[in-house]
Amino acid sequence: MIKLTINGKAHQLDVAPDTPLLWALRDTLQMTGTKYGCGQALCGACTVHVDGEPVRACSTPVSAVVGRKIRTIEAVDSERVGKVVQEAWRKLDVVQCGYCQSGQIMSAVALLSQNRKPTDADIDNAMSGNLCRCATYVRVRAAIHEAAKALA
Amino acid sequence: MSEIIIENLSRRRFLQGSAGLTLGFCLPAVAAGKLNRVATVNAEINAFLKIGADNSVTVMSKHLEMGQGTYTGLATILADELDADWAQVRIEGAAADAKRYNNTFWGPAQGTGGSTAMANSWDQMRKAGASGRAMLVSAAARRWNVGAAEIVVRDGILSHAGSGRKASFGELALDAAKETVPTEVKLKDPKDFRLIGKQAKRKDSAAKTNGTAQFTQDVFLPGMLVAVVAHPPQFGATVKSFDATKAKAIKGVVDVVQIPQGVAVLATDTWSAKKGRDALSVVWDDSKAFKLGSDEILAQYKEMAKKPGLIAANKGDTAKTFAGAAKVVRASFDFPYLAHAAMEPMNCVVQLKADGCDVWNGEQFQTVDQGRVAALFGLKPEQVKLNMLYAGGSFGRRACTQSDYVLEAAHIVKAINGKAPVKLVWLREDDMRGGYYRPLFHHALEAALDGSGKLVGWHHRLVGQSIITGSPFEAMLVKDGIDHVSVEGASNLPYAIPNLLVDLHTPTNIGVPVLWWRSVGSSHTAYSTEVFLDQVAAAMGKDPVALRLELLTEHPKHAGVLKLAAEKANWGTPLKAAAGERRGRGVAVHESFNSFVAQVAEVTVKKDGSIKVDRVICAVDCGTAINPDNIRSQVEGAVGFALSAALHGEITLKEGRVEQGNFDSYAPIRIDEMPVVEVHIVASTGAPTGIGEPGVPPLAPAVANAIAAATGKFLHKMPFNTAELVA
Ligand code: FES
Ligand code: FES
Repeated sequence: MIKLTINGKAHQLDVAPDTPLLWALRDTLQMTGTKYGCGQALCGACTVHVDGEPVRACSTPVSAVVGRKIRTIEAVDSERVGKVVQEAWRKLDVVQCGYCQSGQIMSAVALLSQNRKPTDADIDNAMSGNLCRCATYVRVRAAIHEAAKALA
Repeated sequence: MSEIIIENLSRRRFLQGSAGLTLGFCLPAVAAGKLNRVATVNAEINAFLKIGADNSVTVMSKHLEMGQGTYTGLATILADELDADWAQVRIEGAAADAKRYNNTFWGPAQGTGGSTAMANSWDQMRKAGASGRAMLVSAAARRWNVGAAEIVVRDGILSHAGSGRKASFGELALDAAKETVPTEVKLKDPKDFRLIGKQAKRKDSAAKTNGTAQFTQDVFLPGMLVAVVAHPPQFGATVKSFDATKAKAIKGVVDVVQIPQGVAVLATDTWSAKKGRDALSVVWDDSKAFKLGSDEILAQYKEMAKKPGLIAANKGDTAKTFAGAAKVVRASFDFPYLAHAAMEPMNCVVQLKADGCDVWNGEQFQTVDQGRVAALFGLKPEQVKLNMLYAGGSFGRRACTQSDYVLEAAHIVKAINGKAPVKLVWLREDDMRGGYYRPLFHHALEAALDGSGKLVGWHHRLVGQSIITGSPFEAMLVKDGIDHVSVEGASNLPYAIPNLLVDLHTPTNIGVPVLWWRSVGSSHTAYSTEVFLDQVAAAMGKDPVALRLELLTEHPKHAGVLKLAAEKANWGTPLKAAAGERRGRGVAVHESFNSFVAQVAEVTVKKDGSIKVDRVICAVDCGTAINPDNIRSQVEGAVGFALSAALHGEITLKEGRVEQGNFDSYAPIRIDEMPVVEVHIVASTGAPTGIGEPGVPPLAPAVANAIAAATGKFLHKMPFNTAELVA
């Protein structure tokens, strides 16, 4: 049994310790907001927070996150930065297919939690691990600036 | 949540021209007793519209939402004619039913593609909304005993000034469903539109920003197994034998079965299925496999290009023109295979039941997939229920002419005798190596200038596999051996050149499955025609915009977007470059899917040859702009999608094996490579035309022409070889 704390709730999971956090979330807990895109830490679709840091869940075994605070898209609006980012995303209609967007939002929230006034270069840095095949990048950037304004 | 539908019995013939319909009204017996339970009571007004007692307006989308904004667009059209309040509108993906939901441009088939969703639905959705509005009005008139003409509808409320009475759609829904479906409805004057042309917000933004949007990948059914498949390493190879001992020893693995597509490992979850698949040992029979590499394919195409092909367009006398030309400009262009690489890899859920089969899919090609699954199980098509989900991108991939991944899922269910529902999951590598690529193409062009320096002849020869041959669209799109989508964008060159010849070779010995890829033929023809035209302009000493305008006198829409883009980009003014950098502006214009797009790209080329596209100014004419913000969004996305192909996109084969597998070797652009994008929309009251794809074709040639402006070097291969640009 693996014990994980996800979105403030304790869970006991009957999975092998090498199981990636992504599949534990998706298949075991059926928390499907976190997406599979590549399985190789190349696309960012699976981004979650571990102790506030953005982490690629596809390449993080559950054994590595025992006892740490895991936060997923399902609870992104449970604190202010997350809520503001989500609102900015909706205001600008950032999404297209939406499949990458949980990951985009989790990365953006992590960025804005540490840096309230990111420059374009900061955004490039923090967000370049998140692929969007629909190429919503123009609006991802604009929404981060928009959220920064709302947080100021 | 359960739903009780009040059926409108005439709906099946809705908008099919039958006169004098009367409506039945029936509450299913089982449902009737449950009315006091928590359930939505929906009155079905017609095939596209349900109105709930809770005052919700549900628009049924016959098209797939794969990011292009179709759900929002269709609902905008219907809701405007209905005079609904945008806040009360919801959208539901319709199940497969070609009788009610066919793509009106595709005859009897239901499906999404060719950027037709708005165009083919425009009249239909307007009439559906107007008809619903008329039925609500009749119901109110009857209830209030007033004249229908005195009733005003606005933002989801019907009111009668004389009596002061008011009612919401929800209050009138059940009565409205009993009204006769009008045979003729009056549509709004465009000046009265309240949603169309305004900024109706996307309806899927909320669900796609909190993790609740349902994709195929997110489907879980009781007892469902996840299947991961070992596919052959070359197209056309088959299973000779396999040993599943190790795979079966892995915890969670339930079964291993052979299917025509390979060997499927079924497990209780994805990770176990993947581990099982990795533990399989399979011996492949490659006796019928395709074993050539990309280099050999290209070499063959170049050889073929030396001889005349089948004629796709012929005007004037090119042979004579070239023989007598004062100057001939020549260039050839190479285009690689391209994977769609939608963010959600292909997947599909299939469940066999006693009386039919349920499929869950981001379904793009309903009628074709339904027919094929039905045939496999020996069912009637209507026994195959396709449940519509969001697709995490497609770019054409989910409309597979051969129903590849859908059939693969069905084959697995068949192999286990339907004992469990199955979710087929392709891992990224399966998706990237699974074929159905944009075909590799070779183009050879020549242009003839006469003694006065005028462009008088144009010859364009193309070599590449046919997408349509062998597909359900063959009868419609292949004429006299010419696959229309191989030459689209080339055979209809808009420029006034008196002598024009376009010919095509379609190799048939290449065993790589090919498919439409966002903008189809225009994904390569726009590049070769527009870059070559700039090369010709350079040879003539003419400005690229001025030359195009001279040649576009008979094509005012091309000219219109071209002028607009050039003006907004300050064409002709100098661009500042930092020391050691070269900068340039380039232009391209192209028509696809009846829409016209011009783009001006501003590009910086560094000393080491690396490229940064700084800004792209786009002008778009796609008829009535149903949702201007979504048009901007689609064009922004198209710029990024096309730039990925220009800078990095390439699927290569070696001895028949695909060399790329994941996003490290097949790299879409990331945020740091995304240019600033400006989109200008031409005001129009024409019928709406496509917008999902038309932003793609002009981008790569505009960038290449900008690079040429900066460096003097025209690039003849995609993706770009930046080594050619080292200063
Ligand atoms: S799925 Fe984890 S980074 Fe792509
Ligand atoms: S919105 Fe489709 S991949 Fe990003």
